[in-house]
Amino acid sequence: MDTERIAGHALFRRLAFERRCLGGVLAFAMAAVYFAYILTIALRPSLLGVPVHANSVVTWGIVVGAALLSFGFVLTAIYVLVANTRLDALSRHLQETLQ
Amino acid sequence: MIRCLLLAFMATCFLTNGAAADALTGPTSRQSLNPVAIAMFLSFVAVSLGITFWAARRGTRTASDFYAAGGGLSGFQNGLAIAGDYTSAATFLGVTALIYTSGYDGMIYAIGFLVGFPMILFLIAEPLRNLGRYTFADVVAFRLSEVPVRIIAGVNTLVIVLFYLIAQMVGAGKLIELIFGLPYYAAIGVVGLLMMAYVAFGGMLATTWVQIIKAVLLLSGSVLMSILILSHFGFNLEALFSRAVELHPKGQAIMAPGGLVRDPVSAISLGTALIFGTAGLPHILMRFFTVGDARQARLSVLVATGFITVFYTLLFVLGFGAIALVSGDPAFKDAAGNLIGGTNMVALHLADQLGGSLLLGFISAVAFATILAVVSGLTLAGASAASHDLYARVIRRGQASEREEVLVSKGAAVAISLAAMGLGILFENQNIAFMVGLVFAIAASANFPIIFLSIAWRGLTTRGAVMGSLAGLILALVLVALSPGVWTATFKLGPAPFPYDNPALFSLPLAFFTTWLVSRFDRSKEAVGVRFAFDAQHVAAQTGFDRPRAPAIHH
Repeated sequence: MDTERIAGHALFRRLAFERRCLGGVLAFAMAAVYFAYILTIALRPSLLGVPVHANSVVTWGIVVGAALLSFGFVLTAIYVLVANTRLDALSRHLQETLQ
Repeated sequence: MIRCLLLAFMATCFLTNGAAADALTGPTSRQSLNPVAIAMFLSFVAVSLGITFWAARRGTRTASDFYAAGGGLSGFQNGLAIAGDYTSAATFLGVTALIYTSGYDGMIYAIGFLVGFPMILFLIAEPLRNLGRYTFADVVAFRLSEVPVRIIAGVNTLVIVLFYLIAQMVGAGKLIELIFGLPYYAAIGVVGLLMMAYVAFGGMLATTWVQIIKAVLLLSGSVLMSILILSHFGFNLEALFSRAVELHPKGQAIMAPGGLVRDPVSAISLGTALIFGTAGLPHILMRFFTVGDARQARLSVLVATGFITVFYTLLFVLGFGAIALVSGDPAFKDAAGNLIGGTNMVALHLADQLGGSLLLGFISAVAFATILAVVSGLTLAGASAASHDLYARVIRRGQASEREEVLVSKGAAVAISLAAMGLGILFENQNIAFMVGLVFAIAASANFPIIFLSIAWRGLTTRGAVMGSLAGLILALVLVALSPGVWTATFKLGPAPFPYDNPALFSLPLAFFTTWLVSRFDRSKEAVGVRFAFDAQHVAAQTGFDRPRAPAIHH
């Protein structure tokens, strides 16, 4: 396969760029949210001990923790969705143009 | 051969049962033999050995069969197997115990072990799948000079596998001692022999199915227990938490962060190791070569992340359920008021409380299956690095036949199992709490930077990769040796020179910086060729069009 021709192809550059953006943005979001959570625990743990409402034993910490657990899954689902539709379509298009 | 092994194993079982009856009279063993647990455990062993037999007959002769189950798994199967590879018995019992004693801190711990998974997908999974065949070193060696990068990747893999195996084996020995009343040595022997059989005879196919069965058992066990717990509280989480707060000596404090995270530097350092280290764990990465294409690789991560998320969330219900239902019951306490068998047994006491000896037996067998699935995956990863990277590609320079390579791999699996048993016995009474953190720090500092940069950065050269990886590995090992966990707790040398328990915050940036610096000033002729080869690699990594053209060609 003529890699030089593919590497310079506009569709290929678009595909590589979009995949890198998608992965980069999601990885940054995951890391930022996680480190923000860890830093909150290290520096202001009392924030997470506040009850969600006056009569409840459930704290914001529980809510935030559960939300963070689901956050990773939601980001993964977003990646899979975009890659399976947008990126795979670009890849197929590229393959067709090359033939 | 399998039948011989089965017979030998049965013999070991009877012998150890006799020995256990002895141990029951002793003061250390606190757990009586549970016939349901033994029966369920034996049926799990029988099924898994049956699968190994089937996998061995289906063929483990070609390298692709042995390392990658022929590359024919579906994304869903592989996702379950990844989850089975990653969720250890130490997590299952340990996180429940941590929540039981400290409440909310268990959640911080669980979240840390989850966040690394999506990162694998976002940063490396697809190029990894498109460039590699059997080990992650295939990816790094795609354009870099093969011999040096495979040596360093192979050594990193073996270091990670051995440290991780020590942690798992010691945990397994103690756990089985507690659950089944087997003596520690017998427990280590049973685990070692079984993992040897799965990997050496059944290769990736048998290992995968052991992991899938374990994942399904573990999830159904936790779902069942959670439903039973919630049914005690009218399926009202608030009622469960209120009861737990009422009973726990720390009261409302269990609903907020406690003492697990104290100083910000340690917390960020451990966080760095966990979030980037998962993407450098060889036994997880090699699972991506068992699926057909990048699309299935994505699905694998989605299924694995979903499974692990649900499992960790349920652990939270289990932990609070244990506070609410076990802590107030004197039947589970000894004369001094401590939990029988230590707090790590709390998940099992909870099973007993919820469903009597039947559920206790089931959950004990699940914990055992969990141990086996994790150690088998590690052994296979170590064996692949030894045979594929070090033997076939470095020592024999690609001249070894495929049959020979697989034979070496099986031999390596036996050797690694024996080493794991020996180390498990050697470290029985050592403080090994630092080991899992160390494994993640090494994976994050020695493996992750070179995998990521080889995919993403044109400027990476062989010298840069080798020096960067070596710098990360050495700094991680040295800093851990100087840390409180080893310097003070294990060697008792007084206050630690390096005040933080995890080195990743320092070793990971050093690895990246060294790689960049050395690559940047690499003026060798080879470096020019490596940079030039980036385009071809980039096309293969992004499209997968070139996929069948493998870096390892056997003549």
